[in-house]
Amino acid sequence: MNTLRVLIVDDEDDLRETIVKRLNARKIQTEGAASGINALEILKDKDFDVIVLDVKMPGMDGIETLQHIKKLKPEIEVIMLTGHASLEFGLKGMQLGAFDYVMKPAPLNELLDTIGQAYNKKSGLTL
Amino acid sequence: MPLIPLSFPLFPARLPKHSERNQRNDTAMERNYRKLWWQHCLAIIGFSVIPLLLVNFFLYHLFDTTYTDKVMESLRSNAENRRDAIDLFFRERIAQLYTIANANSFQQLTDEGYLNKIFEIMHVKSDSYMDIGIIDSEGRHLAYVGPYYDTLKQVNYKNELWFKEVQANGLYISDIFMGFRKTPHFIIAVMVREKNTSWILRVTINLKNIDDVVQKAWAGHLSDAFIVNKKNVLQTRPRFGGNFLDVPATPEYTADSLKSHPYPDYSSVVATKLERVTYSGMDAFFAATPIHNTKWILVIKENPDEMLSPLVKGQHWMLLFMAAGLAIIATGAALVTNTLINRIKEADLVNAANADMLLQANKMIALSKMAAGIAHEVNNPLASIAENAGWMKDLLAEEDIAGSKNYTEFSESIDKIEQHVARARKIVHNLLGFARRMEPAKEKIDVNKLLDETTGFLENEARYVNIQIAKEYADNDPVITSDLSQIQQVVLNLLNNAIDAIGHDGTVTVSSKDLETTGEVEINVADTGKGIAESDLHKIFDPFFTTKEVGKGTGLGLSISYSIIEKLGGKMKVQSKVGVGTVFTILLPKQ
Repeated sequence: MNTLRVLIVDDEDDLRETIVKRLNARKIQTEGAASGINALEILKDKDFDVIVLDVKMPGMDGIETLQHIKKLKPEIEVIMLTGHASLEFGLKGMQLGAFDYVMKPAPLNELLDTIGQAYNKKSGLTL
Repeated sequence: MPLIPLSFPLFPARLPKHSERNQRNDTAMERNYRKLWWQHCLAIIGFSVIPLLLVNFFLYHLFDTTYTDKVMESLRSNAENRRDAIDLFFRERIAQLYTIANANSFQQLTDEGYLNKIFEIMHVKSDSYMDIGIIDSEGRHLAYVGPYYDTLKQVNYKNELWFKEVQANGLYISDIFMGFRKTPHFIIAVMVREKNTSWILRVTINLKNIDDVVQKAWAGHLSDAFIVNKKNVLQTRPRFGGNFLDVPATPEYTADSLKSHPYPDYSSVVATKLERVTYSGMDAFFAATPIHNTKWILVIKENPDEMLSPLVKGQHWMLLFMAAGLAIIATGAALVTNTLINRIKEADLVNAANADMLLQANKMIALSKMAAGIAHEVNNPLASIAENAGWMKDLLAEEDIAGSKNYTEFSESIDKIEQHVARARKIVHNLLGFARRMEPAKEKIDVNKLLDETTGFLENEARYVNIQIAKEYADNDPVITSDLSQIQQVVLNLLNNAIDAIGHDGTVTVSSKDLETTGEVEINVADTGKGIAESDLHKIFDPFFTTKEVGKGTGLGLSISYSIIEKLGGKMKVQSKVGVGTVFTILLPKQ
């Protein structure tokens, strides 16, 4: 099994960096992107298994970014990270092909579970 | 620590300012109603009374004119009838005199025995003759029959005015005079031509007969009638005041008083004249008509009060009817206005309740937006805190710090941070949930989940006053399609009321039931509070009904809740027993 590669897209630096550190500490190869555009640039050069995508970001928002990601690399599973308690964005994201959504602030365990499920799904498809 | 963001004023019961506003409104309305009442009442009365008065006055004027005309006409015919009677009297006398004069020869009549016989025959028919005399062309009294034989037999009339006049005209009727007899009387003289000579037959006539005729014109108690000659001298005695040969005047008349006046002078009237005379102290109808055979004028005076008494009576009746009409109109106006104002009051009350609901809804929307804003802003730092605490925990597990003496302190601190972040997270989620639910919608609602979330708002508050919230949910997690936020609002209101009813130490039981047979879901909120008196139970959903202290509640919460549930197609019921507790039941259709 290949190493799990995760891209965290969030405009909140402290949050993104800490998550990246914590996932890396758990042997998950993780990178961060501060915006949707940034994430798309990184995606051109590198492949990831799972992308955790914040819904609410300045500039390009999560939904738009998701649509680009799905065009660019449809095999990557995307988990929406939403500040809204509203199901709307999460559901909309799932309609657009996202794997699931997690509500902020989410305990790391919850996030890890979802990432794991997404990775299993992807592996099941690719393998 | 109390949950400050969650004790925001979700219901009017928690908004003291709300009730102050209502009171101010009420007093302002009160003033308005009174003013409105008067305006409306006076308008009705005004528009009814003005035409009534106009019609009445017009009719009265018409009646007055007609009746006065009629009275005047009857006065005229009365006067003319009397005049005709007097005329007839004179014509009869004159005819009789001519008959006597022409049927008997001068020789026969100068014989006083014969003349006496003739006089007696005349007396049989009429007692109006006082005496009779024959005078020759030289004025000598040749024969006389009557009570003043000695005095009159000697008199020569040659130079008397009447003698000359009868010689000129052949007939003479004198005015009243006292003469030798010292009683009022008048004479009729006719001249008879016989061959070359002429002689005169003269009779004296008792005034009583003329008086009798004139007095028949005294129709009313205050009417008067008299005769004046061409010099406006009374020829008969009037009923009130004056005497023979006086000038006719009001009874109180004295020559040197300015306050009274003589009667109008009708001595020169040539045709029947009718008039109403009003001047200081006198108001009278006068009818004056000349008597054909004489130079006299018959005057009839009538008192208007007496003549027009039916009119006065009519006036009284009219005033009475008008007063009655006014009373009826005023009463009617007051009753109608009362009904109207009461309806307006009821409508205003309903409007006020609706306005309150609208205001409440607007408040909730504003509040929800604010809550959503706060939640979003708080979310990110909270997430960072959580992640960093988690990172510290990760590191703590790896390093040698495990051996350090403060390791447990660090570990506990981090646990506490995570614990409180979790707590804050729950609050923020609730806030966001609340905010989201302000948008009215039809959505699938898991009733048990809804109850869990809603009770979550109040669990802390309840714990501080030692109230347990017990949950007895249906096993099958019933789902309904409805407006989540509104149902949540109602449940929250019921929970608030339940906690208020208990005060402290007790249990609130929240339960759900899936009623398969009716396709409804039942939600119960039961408390172990003081209960509701049976007399108050039917009023509990009325707007503004409250048992809370003044300023603590407006009594709108339950009425709003009731209308929300009704709007969602559901039913809301209450059961209560004083000292045992109260159960509110909501029945909601699944679809």
